[in-house]
Amino acid sequence: MTPLAVSILGAIASFTLVLVVLELIRRHRLRERYALLWLVTGLVLTALSAWRGGLNTIAGWVGVRGYPPAVLFAVAILFILAVLLHYSTVVSRLSDQNILLAQKLALLEQELRSAARDDA
Amino acid sequence: MTELSELRRIAIVPAWNEAATVTGVIEELRAFDSGLAVVVVDDGSTDHTAQAAAAAGAHVLRLPFNLGIGGAVQTGFRYAYERGYELAVRVDGDGQHDPAQLGAVIAPVLRGEADIAVGSRFLGAGDGYRSSRPRRLGIRILAAVVSRLTHQRVTDPTSGFQALNRKGIALFARDYPHDYPEVEATVMVARHRLRSVEVPVTMRERGGGESSITALRSIYYMAKVLLALFVGLFRNTVLPQEERV
Repeated sequence: MTPLAVSILGAIASFTLVLVVLELIRRHRLRERYALLWLVTGLVLTALSAWRGGLNTIAGWVGVRGYPPAVLFAVAILFILAVLLHYSTVVSRLSDQNILLAQKLALLEQELRSAARDDA
Repeated sequence: MTELSELRRIAIVPAWNEAATVTGVIEELRAFDSGLAVVVVDDGSTDHTAQAAAAAGAHVLRLPFNLGIGGAVQTGFRYAYERGYELAVRVDGDGQHDPAQLGAVIAPVLRGEADIAVGSRFLGAGDGYRSSRPRRLGIRILAAVVSRLTHQRVTDPTSGFQALNRKGIALFARDYPHDYPEVEATVMVARHRLRSVEVPVTMRERGGGESSITALRSIYYMAKVLLALFVGLFRNTVLPQEERV
């Protein structure tokens, strides 16, 4: 069985994550579309921490004997990987868009300059 | 009551790969009101939407990449705001909004009864296109939530068939939700103490192109919108800001 202190600490930490994410959205510092994955992470970890019997059962399924919280860590790592991978795709898209914007700006500036030259 | 012809007025037409329908929409807008300026916001189309719209005589704003409907529509509101338009209507480029019904949508704004009037598929007679069954269910859930939050009956919170006065234009030019914006915008309007009203309209099935909402995205969309509405409850109520001059 998971030590009670680990369960309590895990639940508090995970639920704090949920609250922090919600507060960041409220202050317009985090967009809902990027917050959803964090919220799911926080809620799943909160549930797994608080529901001690469930964590035990799942640990039994996957063959973890002796220290059930290892399952908690594994799930946490999995979710963090998912969030990171998602962010990598977001960063890639942003950098593509950034290149496109710079190119469009260069073309626009050239067009403006040659229009100004024609006027002169 | 203000006459439509006294106002500087503009139609905002968001379009994403709607080359097949955008010309028809622009012509119908002209037929409704020849003094109506038309701005087509081309949301990163890969077809000839921009060329078709320009050939039909519309102003065209070409976004360098796809921003999604919210970003595209807001571009139109920014344009309308900067250029000093006093009345804006929003009509989608896929042909599902019938410009001939604009008169009814604009009327409450002209009478000064509302800052924003929204055409609803679910008020009134009940003919015309009302979206697919699963989407209607989603719309009903959102309508119930939005009605509670705004303390008024809202039947079609996802409708983009709208007319706005200068106050509405100013609000949306400054702040507009992303992705699929209408539901959050409806609540935002109420929280800014602007007056909104629904008007019965019939919509048509989209004339061409593809709907930007697929099944999986609908679920994501519902989750995102409900999250946004939930968090919105904990924001301080915002009072209408004075218009910048």
